[in-house]
Amino acid sequence: MFRRLAIIAASCVATAAGGADDASAPLGIGRGATVHEVAATNLTVLPDGVGLPEGKGNAEAGAAAYLAHCAACHGDKGQGLADFPALVGGRGTLATDKPVLTVGSYWPYATTIFDYIRRAMPYQSAGELTADDVYALTAWILAQNHIVKASAVIDRNTLPKVRMPNRDGFVPDPRPDIPAASR
Amino acid sequence: MKRHGHPLTRRGFLNAGSAATVAGAALAAPIARADGRPQGDPRRLYGERSPFETSGRSFGASTAALTTGSSRTPLQNLFGIITPSSLHFERHHSGVPTIDPAGHELLLYGLVDRRLRFSMAELRRFPSVSRVHFIECAGNAGREHRGDPGPTAQLSHGLVSCSEWTGVLLSTLLREAGLNPSGKWIVAEGADPGRHSRSIPVAKALDDVLVAYGQNGEAVRPEQGYPLRLVVPGWEGNVNVKWLHRLQVTDQAAMSRDEAASYTDLMPSGKARRFTFEMDANSVITRPSGGQQLDGRGFHEVTGLAWSGRGKITRVEVSADGGRTWREAELQGPVYSKALTRFRAPWVWSGEDTQLQSRATDETGYVQPTRDALIAVRGMTQGPDGFNHYHGIKAWKVNRDGRVTHV
Repeated sequence: MFRRLAIIAASCVATAAGGADDASAPLGIGRGATVHEVAATNLTVLPDGVGLPEGKGNAEAGAAAYLAHCAACHGDKGQGLADFPALVGGRGTLATDKPVLTVGSYWPYATTIFDYIRRAMPYQSAGELTADDVYALTAWILAQNHIVKASAVIDRNTLPKVRMPNRDGFVPDPRPDIPAASR
Repeated sequence: MKRHGHPLTRRGFLNAGSAATVAGAALAAPIARADGRPQGDPRRLYGERSPFETSGRSFGASTAALTTGSSRTPLQNLFGIITPSSLHFERHHSGVPTIDPAGHELLLYGLVDRRLRFSMAELRRFPSVSRVHFIECAGNAGREHRGDPGPTAQLSHGLVSCSEWTGVLLSTLLREAGLNPSGKWIVAEGADPGRHSRSIPVAKALDDVLVAYGQNGEAVRPEQGYPLRLVVPGWEGNVNVKWLHRLQVTDQAAMSRDEAASYTDLMPSGKARRFTFEMDANSVITRPSGGQQLDGRGFHEVTGLAWSGRGKITRVEVSADGGRTWREAELQGPVYSKALTRFRAPWVWSGEDTQLQSRATDETGYVQPTRDALIAVRGMTQGPDGFNHYHGIKAWKVNRDGRVTHV
């Protein structure tokens, strides 16, 4: 009996000191991760450019990389093939009956191009491209869409400054947007 | 009479039977022998359904690649509210990865006091919760919006499923890492080949988001994100990141492809809505539904599923006369928030042509609209992936011959 009381008393002390019953205190589970461990495998590129790696490329270098890695699915000019989407064209069509939604006509941020190519392309072997490849391919897509000049060097400093044509084409969610059904 | 052999073995029965036959013959009273009942199948390590049950997910051949696309849940064949894990709809963009949980880690970093990595064993040490929630693809029933209605409930609404999910609340992990006040978004990334990535506002992350390792009492299925996935209750399926391996706290949305471009809703004005997260109140009658056959006039139960990404379903009405009159259906309790809700209503079919419809209301008071009302606001402009977030009332036609077809 005395021993049981002692255990309860001890647990009360632990609670008061901030043990597992304190909902705001860490539980001490998990291990620390270093900045290097995080950076070595981080793929996220934010619209302000945070997360972009060293490296650079232009549309000329991008043309060769595009033919090698992309053209088989997206077409030799980025026009799209079958179910594989067009990357180029469509400017001025968004408010028409036949909108053509491409990287050039629709995507609001140039950083998304780098982020997506690096994480998900080429489709059958994602992750195989170097940072220079990805910068060059990004430059090629931007140049094909007449958003940058063919000679423009794309790197971690220049890419976030590229303004996409449809940058202001998005609005917040206005829902609930449908009036209640009439009875 | 002495019995030879063990009675629960085949040999034992044969021996006993022989002895009985001899005894019967001695009494000179011939008895017609029936076929005996052989023993059933032995035990098995992991159960399978009856070989007579053949309902399955459906998917078309993708021209792009076998590893991208979706498969649909056969809603019309299910009972209650839980979707069997084997029949949960699928949507993936780069195939289902095979991940050994022994080497799988979740990395939590960015705007936190402590960068942390968790093994699966460590995640299991945290206080856990189990919650019933639906997950619905944003594009579910998009073909109804387009005017190409699905001929069965599976083909019209089969991109929604409901499970009991078990795991750690994301708020628990964020508390462990120490959320920085400047952290506004959580960028979640999967370990699939395409490293799927979506951003979720911190307010939602702290509300009810689950880092789940359990589905319907066992480990999450590979197609559903084994060994770890996000469950973002009520929000479009695409943000429920599967094969979860990274959570990054940021001060801005990542504007990953799927949030900056793909899962946006283009309006006739040329402007597009983005961050359309909640799935609005919706319902579909699963029985009688398209492709089924009524076996005669008289009593039939009308039953189906309703759900809302904004909370509990509070009411489902059913019309058996093409929408002229509505009757309130019974809701199966308990009704869970952001979960499939089973409704049932008695119906006596006169044998004439008619239409069956259901209309859901959720706890915010939102009433499921008609397709016409929805199109009047949103128009007919397709976004990058067709129509998303459609939730109009679905009608089934009951034909005089008992066939049920789409309208």
